[in-house]
Amino acid sequence: MIFLSNLVNGISLGSIYAIIALGYTMVYGIAKMLNFAHGDVIMVGAYIIFCGAQYWGLPAPVAVLLAMLVCTVLGMTIEKLAYKPLRQATGLAVLITAIGMSYLLQNTALLIWGANPKVFPSPFSTDALHLFGGELVIKPETLITILANVVIMIALSLFISRTKMGKAMRCVSEDRGAAELMGINVNRTISVTFAIGSALAAIAGLLLCSSYPMLQPTTGSMPGIKAFTAAVFGGIGSIPGAMLGGVLLGIIEILGKAYISTELGDAIVFAVLIVVLLVRPTGLLGKPVREKV
Amino acid sequence: MKKITALVLALCLVLGIGAAMAEDLTLTIGHIGPQTGPAAVYGLATYRGAKIAADEITAADNGITVVLLNEDDTHDAEKAKNAYNSIMEQGAQMIVGTTTTAPCIAVGALAYEERVFMLTPSASSTDVTADKDNVYQVCFTDPNQGSASAAVIKEKALGTKIAVIYNNADAYSTGIYQTFVQKADELGLEIVSTTTFTDETTDFSVQVADAKNNGADLVFLPIYYTPASQILIAAKSQNYAPTFFGVDGMDGILTLEGFDTSLAEGVMLLTPFVADAKDEMTVKFVEEYKKLYDEVPNQFAADAYDCVYALVEAAKKAGVTSDAAAEDICDAMIAAMQEIQVTGLTGTMTWSANGEVDKVPTAMVIKDGAYVGLGN
Repeated sequence: MIFLSNLVNGISLGSIYAIIALGYTMVYGIAKMLNFAHGDVIMVGAYIIFCGAQYWGLPAPVAVLLAMLVCTVLGMTIEKLAYKPLRQATGLAVLITAIGMSYLLQNTALLIWGANPKVFPSPFSTDALHLFGGELVIKPETLITILANVVIMIALSLFISRTKMGKAMRCVSEDRGAAELMGINVNRTISVTFAIGSALAAIAGLLLCSSYPMLQPTTGSMPGIKAFTAAVFGGIGSIPGAMLGGVLLGIIEILGKAYISTELGDAIVFAVLIVVLLVRPTGLLGKPVREKV
Repeated sequence: MKKITALVLALCLVLGIGAAMAEDLTLTIGHIGPQTGPAAVYGLATYRGAKIAADEITAADNGITVVLLNEDDTHDAEKAKNAYNSIMEQGAQMIVGTTTTAPCIAVGALAYEERVFMLTPSASSTDVTADKDNVYQVCFTDPNQGSASAAVIKEKALGTKIAVIYNNADAYSTGIYQTFVQKADELGLEIVSTTTFTDETTDFSVQVADAKNNGADLVFLPIYYTPASQILIAAKSQNYAPTFFGVDGMDGILTLEGFDTSLAEGVMLLTPFVADAKDEMTVKFVEEYKKLYDEVPNQFAADAYDCVYALVEAAKKAGVTSDAAAEDICDAMIAAMQEIQVTGLTGTMTWSANGEVDKVPTAMVIKDGAYVGLGN
């Protein structure tokens, strides 16, 4: 029963990583860049929801929609200002810019909201599920996060495989130059990718802070890094991979802490990543890329 | 003792301040503490407490004026050094601070080099005073807090099976943990679960589950109030309701924005200051604090209030003058601190040569969203 309880906690944490990883993997898969500011867009989303619900008196769904809107605009602005001018630059330059953007967002949040931590009120007020005579407790947040993961994963997969914009995204992902020659607007496609990724960040912010209700300007950074790890673990660029990687990572982290040592929890997570990458360099569900000579 | 008195007299002569003692004294004291950032609650409280003391002394019209300078260190060791440099440039003669442990260790090292006297209201690690003759404490040291907690738990029979959750990336938390375990062992308290976390930890379910599964009826939390709030939330979601016992870092949990304070109901903590105490001094201080800042002062405010009184007492004893430079009065202040006895909000205090304070701790419990003495 203790094991089952730990497993549930692991899935709960993992599903949070998964939903953040979806944003990472989507942007990477299409724009071929690591958006390290993703975790911080999540933090901004969470703050907007917090302010909406606590200060402006908005009902929770409206606050979430507002946060999605703000994050979408923010994501597209970041892309336009910071990443678009570097479209022809090396990958490293874009990567460093993304890290800089991450710090910019954190410190701007520090200026606006101050560094006093806030406890995020969970909008999911239903009671937790008590199974086996109260031995096993499942929080409503966990169920909602898993459900959100599945819905988003299916929706994204359908969007990318069935719609015209999705087709354009796949083309841009495969060969940006050729896509442009075929008349695909590469800039717009990447912009839309960022918009979707950032809207997802707002939802991830809601779910992250509902499950772990401590909101401060650095809230997004550690979960962001863990989620990035999850995305790599599952095979970066692969949408089901992000989901699988996230959930597995959460389970490994919790079981590692519970059965090996709380002190080594994070070390275990990253050790597993190293082992997986040594055995399968493309991650669990990543497609092997053959170098053409 | 004779040697010290002789030293003080000699210093007075050297500095030529013996004659100036009867004259008016303007003392410039610099306060450094986090007023933004994760530990802002503490720094704001220490500044406000010190400010009330400074204004009170100045208003008392006995020839002493206290000028209180203030800098924010955001609970960051590097920023604290900048804050220290800036406050010394503004002409501080001595320091009240810094409020939190890690910045205090950093600033203490600088102040030791430059010979500036520091009295911290609340940085409680022994590392704060170790190897530095110029740093004194008004709060208990961490070892003192850990062993005192174990003693209170044993004496009042608060729990038989104890779990400890501490931050192993934090000197403050680890320090208290170590002495707690030592004392608990001595007293025959059974520790059934020990788990850790770091500043980056978001999920506390494992730590809480471990305490629960090992049947702990008391969870000792030698940590700050922010992670403590997460542990209380995790415990609730796991239907786990042991007695939670914290130390001075727990102070602040009731004012955390958005936190459901009903979760903190019944939480116990060790603190030398009780805002609902009925003695004249406490009542007056609490009234003044409420009037100015619209909240009930916590023990950090009380510690800082006592700090300013202790500094003034020591400065009088050391014969400090209005225009004396910080480095010239440091040694005289050190000698004076060991001789004075100050009765403040947090008890009657004397200091030993290693900078540690001697006073009596009190256990408190949170009832209806306020602290009350455990005895009541």
